[in-house]
Formats: sequence, structure tokens, C-alpha cells
Amino acid sequence: MGRKALSLIAAAAFAIAAGAASADEDAELVVEGQEIVTKLESPEGNPLPVILSGWRFREDATQALQTDDFENPSFLEIDAARELWTKVEGKAGKSCADCHGDVEETMKGVRAHMPKWNEKAGEVWSLENYVNDCRVNRMEADAWTWEKNPMIGMTALIGLQSRGMPMEVDVSGPAEEWFERGKEMYYTRFGQLELACANCHEDHWGDMIRADHLSQGQVNGFPTYRLRNTKLVSLHDRFKGCIRDTRGETFSPGSAEFRALELYVAWRGQGLGIETPSVRQ
Amino acid sequence: MAESKPRVKAPKTAKPGEVVTIKTLISHEMESGQRKDSKTGELIPRKIINRFEATFEGQEILTVDIDPAVSANPYFEFSAKVERSGTFKFKWVDDDGSVYETENAITVG
Repeated sequence: MGRKALSLIAAAAFAIAAGAASADEDAELVVEGQEIVTKLESPEGNPLPVILSGWRFREDATQALQTDDFENPSFLEIDAARELWTKVEGKAGKSCADCHGDVEETMKGVRAHMPKWNEKAGEVWSLENYVNDCRVNRMEADAWTWEKNPMIGMTALIGLQSRGMPMEVDVSGPAEEWFERGKEMYYTRFGQLELACANCHEDHWGDMIRADHLSQGQVNGFPTYRLRNTKLVSLHDRFKGCIRDTRGETFSPGSAEFRALELYVAWRGQGLGIETPSVRQ
Repeated sequence: MAESKPRVKAPKTAKPGEVVTIKTLISHEMESGQRKDSKTGELIPRKIINRFEATFEGQEILTVDIDPAVSANPYFEFSAKVERSGTFKFKWVDDDGSVYETENAITVG
């Protein structure tokens, strides 16, 4: 009798604790007065019953950080990138602005369609590929490392210009082969722990994995400010972290494997609003 | 490190007598002068923002003397009561003598 009562109290205490720690999944995201789609009905063919942005899985305090550009710490890195936009580098004596003009005008919507098929290269390219192509071929400057600044700041600055627009990647035509490769990776178990992306992000989203509230692994907020890293983190770096956590050998940021995975995962969140730069735990 | 850049968030309009919240942030490495270079073992010279001043039409709102224990990218949030339209002026003073300034106008009515 006494034991049963005790376990009931324990259960009630646990429920309260869980309630306090978990996120408000019904909240709507409004950033600087602009509403951003974080929940939508799953379209035909999408394996998820409902599409939810990772923002909905975070604690209230983390959610609030993203609603105010002043509180959002990513803007320090974005401001630094804004200066680089007009800075002349390389042998050609050009800056980004010399060809592309005002970043707020010319880069609108670019992030929403990434990654995409590049006819000249015969590959699917991520935004980082385009930035480095400009740097090497047009500016004749050194390429930037994918998962470090200034690349992350620059992709965040470009991504910011698409904030609020729906994710819309093209997986038809020549990109279809890459899409299929990405899909295969998503369901392939990696590492000593033998975990596929789908084991957590499709089968168990919404559950707690110890202290972490599992999201659907949507990519609409990248580059994202991770509080644990206290800096902006690129998508491929996050992919790498996930595979490393399965105790597997990871692919490199920028590799064809990760670009294929990026395309597939972006398709899983088709229609979600771009949140770049988002804030996560 | 990129050049220090101040950011301020303050309302553009207010009612007479309203207490408004002002948030300020400046990007700065706030090198404390206590750390050593990991390769040469020499002390890295101190370079911090040592003073912050906020004024409204010449009237002092907040003045802060900053010491080396303050972290990078110092952030100040404070409130001010506004009775009339005017301009907030903010000033940060660096150890190397540089002064970073910015201002925000507010319409009261």
C-alpha cells in the first residue's frame, strides 16, 4: 500500500518535471513581426504524419531567443559577414558586392532552393559550393572551409534573406539520383550503435532521449546557433555530429554523401519556413 | 576579430512618462590581460571596453566603468523614463582609445 502510494507520487512529480522541461509544441513562431511556418500537414509521399520545425521542440527560453534579432546571438557573426560582403579579396580585385550588389536584394530566396542541381558541375550543390565557386573562380581568392567562419557567417547572411519563405527544393530530373542516394543514407544504419537517421528522427521524434527532446531533424533553420557550441553551426557539421554519435566514421562536410543527404532531408521539410539563423539547444 | 560594432534596440515611439527598455550590445573580444599566448607563453595585453555611457539629450542615464572580468561582447539592458522626444546617445570607450558611438531617436507623444 505504502509502496504504491509512493510510486504514484513519484509518477506525478515526474509528470510535472517533464511538463516544465518540454517545449510548447503549440506555439507559433513570430520573428520580428514576421510569421514563420513551423507546422504543416504532411504532403502526399512524405513519411512524416505532420511536419514540425525543430523550433517547436525547444524550451520556452530557447524559443524566445529566436523571436528577437537582438537577442539572437547569431547576429554578431552575421554582422561580421556583412562587412565581408563588400570587402575586396583575391587577385581579381572583387568583392561579393561587385557582382551581386545589395545582399538584401540579390540573395532573396536563394537559400530556400538549396541544395540544387548545378548543370555545369553535373552535381547537386549546396550554398557553400556556390560561395566557394565565386571565391575561387570569380574573385581568385582562397576557398573557405565549410564548417568554419567566415563561411558559416556568410551562408547565414545569405540564408537570412530568405527568412520566412517556404523551403522548396527541386528533386526532379538529374537531382533525382541524388535524392535517392540521400534517402538510402537516411535509412541506413551507421556506426557501432547501428543507428539510422530514421531511428531517431522518424520513429521517435517527440520522445525524450535522456534529457533531449528529439525533433524531426528538419534543416530549415541552418546555419543554426547552438547554445552548447555558443556559435553558428553549419548543417554538414551537424550531420557529422549525428553520425559521430552513432560511433561511426563520418563523411566530410561538403562531401557528395552529405549533399545528397541534405537534399533528401530538405525535401522532408518541404514547405517549412526558412528560419535561418535559428537558435537551438 | 572584426571591428567592434555597437547594436542598440530601443523603441522609436513612446507615450510621455513611459518607462522604455533599452538593450545595447557591442562586439568586442574583451581580452582580460590575464591570458598567456599558448605558443610563446607571453601575456596577451589587456584590451577591453572600459567605459559605457548612455545619455538622453545630454542628460546622463547610465554610466558604467567596466573591469576585465566582463565577458566578450558586453551587453547592457536598462530602462529610462521618457517625457519628451529626443535622441539617446551611446558611447563605448576602448582601452586603445577608440570610441564607438551610436544614437537612436525617439518620438514621444
